[in-house]
Amino acid sequence: MSLSQPAAPATDSPGFLDKAWQRLKSWEGMLLAVLLIVVVFNAVNTPSYLTFGNWVNLFQLYIEKIIIALIMTFIIINGEIDLSVASIMALSAALMAFLHEKEVAFPLAVLIGLLAGLVCGLFNGFWIAFVGLPSLVVTLATLIAYRGLALVLVQDRSIGNFPVWFSNLGQKPLVGGLPFALILFIAGVALAIVILQYSGFGRSVYVIGNNKDVARYSGVNVRGVKMWLFIASGFIAGLAGILYAAHLGAMRGSTADGFELDIITMVLLGGVSIFGGTGSLWGVLLSILIILNLRNGMGLANISGEIQKGFVGVLLILSVLAPNIFGRVQESYNRRRRLSAAETAEA
Amino acid sequence: MSFLMRRFRPEQLRVLVLVGVLVAILIFFQTQVEGFVSPRTVNRLQTSIAIITVVAVAETLVILTRNIDLSVGSIVGFAAYFVGTQLSRNNDMSPLLIVLMAISVGGVLGAINGVLVSYGRVPSIIVTLGTLAIYRTVLVEFSNAQTVLTSRLPEWLQTLPSINLASVGSFDVRLIFAMALAVVIIFQLALTYLPYGRRLYAVGSNPDAARIAGFPSQRIVFFAFVLCGALSGLAGFMFLGQYGNVTVVAGQGMELQAIAAAVVGGVSILGGTGSAFGALLGAALIGLLEQGLRRMPQIDEFWRYALLGFLILIAVAVDTVVMNRLRAIWARNELQMAAGSDQATEQEKPAHVA
Repeated sequence: MSLSQPAAPATDSPGFLDKAWQRLKSWEGMLLAVLLIVVVFNAVNTPSYLTFGNWVNLFQLYIEKIIIALIMTFIIINGEIDLSVASIMALSAALMAFLHEKEVAFPLAVLIGLLAGLVCGLFNGFWIAFVGLPSLVVTLATLIAYRGLALVLVQDRSIGNFPVWFSNLGQKPLVGGLPFALILFIAGVALAIVILQYSGFGRSVYVIGNNKDVARYSGVNVRGVKMWLFIASGFIAGLAGILYAAHLGAMRGSTADGFELDIITMVLLGGVSIFGGTGSLWGVLLSILIILNLRNGMGLANISGEIQKGFVGVLLILSVLAPNIFGRVQESYNRRRRLSAAETAEA
Repeated sequence: MSFLMRRFRPEQLRVLVLVGVLVAILIFFQTQVEGFVSPRTVNRLQTSIAIITVVAVAETLVILTRNIDLSVGSIVGFAAYFVGTQLSRNNDMSPLLIVLMAISVGGVLGAINGVLVSYGRVPSIIVTLGTLAIYRTVLVEFSNAQTVLTSRLPEWLQTLPSINLASVGSFDVRLIFAMALAVVIIFQLALTYLPYGRRLYAVGSNPDAARIAGFPSQRIVFFAFVLCGALSGLAGFMFLGQYGNVTVVAGQGMELQAIAAAVVGGVSILGGTGSAFGALLGAALIGLLEQGLRRMPQIDEFWRYALLGFLILIAVAVDTVVMNRLRAIWARNELQMAAGSDQATEQEKPAHVA
């Protein structure tokens, strides 16, 4: 009789408050709490912090990195890594600038720059998905190689003089106070969440990250998924590179040098495991917000950029170390409790 | 054939191939650049690869255990700057003390990495990505963005880069290169003959098996990071000796160069294979290529970097494909030999019984 009555689960399934508590104890909950602390702290300390202008500014300062962080989330969940993104940014922008200097029509130059990013991603993907080399090594090599190609194109010059509409695209608000890149980022977030969390492709990204062999034996197209991810990564990095050139108004050989570490830090702080298979875009979004607000707050409080970098480094290590220590303390506490329970039972 | 196969393992064959490639590159540049194979090139090569060789050996120790250390560049810069400031304040410090100080500064920074990786159970790529930034930050703050100047350094350090240990004709053996060579030899011997060295390979090729076999994996990995830091500290001292002027960005990006040299030299990023000697060969190969390309006037100097990247990729690709094939052949051969010796004993047995 009790089987035919499904309407009384309230006693054994967790209630709403319990669920909320569980959520809060998860990684995302912790990040949310940290974010709130940072925001409140900033708001109390600097009056200009909570203005719309400051928030647009805050995103705009790191907009290229956070756009790439979205695709990097896919790649790391997939169990791979792409160190070459910053070099692809430079190469795409360099090719565009080079063609512009050679008086190729500017829209065509932009298009070829974007295409270059795609080809770079294809090249990475080929070695990783089809030859089967570790992505750490492949993208380390192409990190050097693509940067080198960018240097070949622009040498030690700085190429600027882009058309006015292009510089405006990177520097001026487009619609309702929002610059183009920020609109692109918001659209990208929506798209990425739908694909990663709610689509079949997203599931296969997770499955492959969890166990590549199991995924292959279950009929998931491992090579195809990896290939698409690296192509997308290359294309998006190329796009970000061109946006960066528009943002700066000029392009040098060393443009975007070292961005890959910042991007990877954002993703890992978001609770994505470096070994793949776990993590979510929600976590990464929260970690992006935390890093942006922290750096913005520290910037407003006149703390140097170098200390900000170090602080993010500390945060990155703590983000993995703290749960480890917490887990171990809890484990030993549970063990002791079991032991004492067993003793009392014996007595 | 099988006699040869018993004498050489694929890994040793690989070193031979690398030497072959080195010679081929030498011959190629000799045909392109007039008088390339000359004492001058050799002497230049020595100074240009000495520091990176030491860092590559350091990186090798960590990569062998299936970890990675991205913070070596920051450690080199930190040690160089730290020792440089001490020396500019007090010129009378003895050279030995200075070297020891550099090594211990590096060792302490490496120990921080090691504790976090092996006892804190944080993946090495995360730890060292963090400390890469942290050590650099501490350096920048500690220094107030001032530069260590050559003119403030004692006499003996200023002349260090030009000291020759020995000269054969016009071939010199530079002191700084001899130091690097000593590091390579010591660590090659240690990796081959000391129990600790073998354990590095054991932990890297199969961490679970190593743990079940009762190796103290955590301690082994911890000491790998300490040694890596200490060697990077030594490289920092060499950096100070070679360049004199040390800014806060000293050693930046060296981690990638060192990993590149190690990987070209046959150190597998997946742990368990590689040697100190291989790291030296990798560094030499990259150094030689840079030298050669720099002296070919028809090649734009900016091509060097791009070619270097593709070279690393090709080296790793060929390596993976060819080495897998070779190992398969070796394994089959061993299997056949085992089967053969089984048959032999079975044939002998009845005779014994009879």
